[in-house]
Amino acid sequence: MKSYWWKILTVALLAFTLTAGLLLDVPRLPILNETIRALHFHVTMWFGMILMLMVAVVYSVKFLRSNDLKHDDMAVEFTNAAILFGVLGIVTGMLWAKFTWGDYWSGDPKQNASAIGLLMYFAYLILRNSLTDVHQRARIGAVYNIFAFAAFIPLIFVLPRLTDSLHPGNGGNPGFNAYDLDSKLRMVFYPAIIAWTLLGTWISTIRVRLRRIERKFEDKLINQVS
Amino acid sequence: MFMAFCLNAFGQEKIEINENDYQNSGVEMADVMRSEGKIYVLVGIIGIVLSGILVYVISTDRKVARLEKAMKED
Repeated sequence: MKSYWWKILTVALLAFTLTAGLLLDVPRLPILNETIRALHFHVTMWFGMILMLMVAVVYSVKFLRSNDLKHDDMAVEFTNAAILFGVLGIVTGMLWAKFTWGDYWSGDPKQNASAIGLLMYFAYLILRNSLTDVHQRARIGAVYNIFAFAAFIPLIFVLPRLTDSLHPGNGGNPGFNAYDLDSKLRMVFYPAIIAWTLLGTWISTIRVRLRRIERKFEDKLINQVS
Repeated sequence: MFMAFCLNAFGQEKIEINENDYQNSGVEMADVMRSEGKIYVLVGIIGIVLSGILVYVISTDRKVARLEKAMKED
């Protein structure tokens, strides 16, 4: 945690995302109009969420292999930040959908699937909080986390593609890489993914450090009593 | 039959974005906002919000670092 260069990178990339994302020329497409810029703010939330969930799965596996609670801290906090991004993603998506698809919620397969996915991760938090023993909580939480991720990916990437969906790249709709192929959009989109993911990582690591201080503090109190 | 096949094939095709899409003034965009310079106001507002959040994150980061240091000392 001593190196902070990546935090400076985060701020720089976020500043770039904001200014370039709002000001650079974008393709003038009917219905989408200026909202095409939401690519850098809505779509990136989901990319960030999935990247952070991957980190959480890695640390869940690490915990199961080592039984070291410090890996559990990482798994929980990365999942927490990922859930935050997911909620922001679904809310921004609803607003975007209202003005392009005509309704906040059209029961689109991908909308429904991502709502189910979020509920799965809410259940993860409830499951953890219902267990009092820290080791048991960490163990069951880690197993659940791995299975939840394994269900989440097909739920939002595979299943919506098998039916008709309003989301680009699904059903008969043109693939997302129609916008993605556009080099001017890509020039902001990729840095934006990195920027938002780094911000989520930053928030996660701060909360991991807090958890570790808390544990140390508790250990100290217990040692004083005995 | 052939027609239906063609339409179907067309439906699967990806719509490519080309240079014309950038010049297409038939599609309404925030041109007025841009020409009046108001877009920069928006960039400023969102910029302020974002920098506020970042300052908050940085100060929390420092607070935690201070706690870590204090914890190590005793």
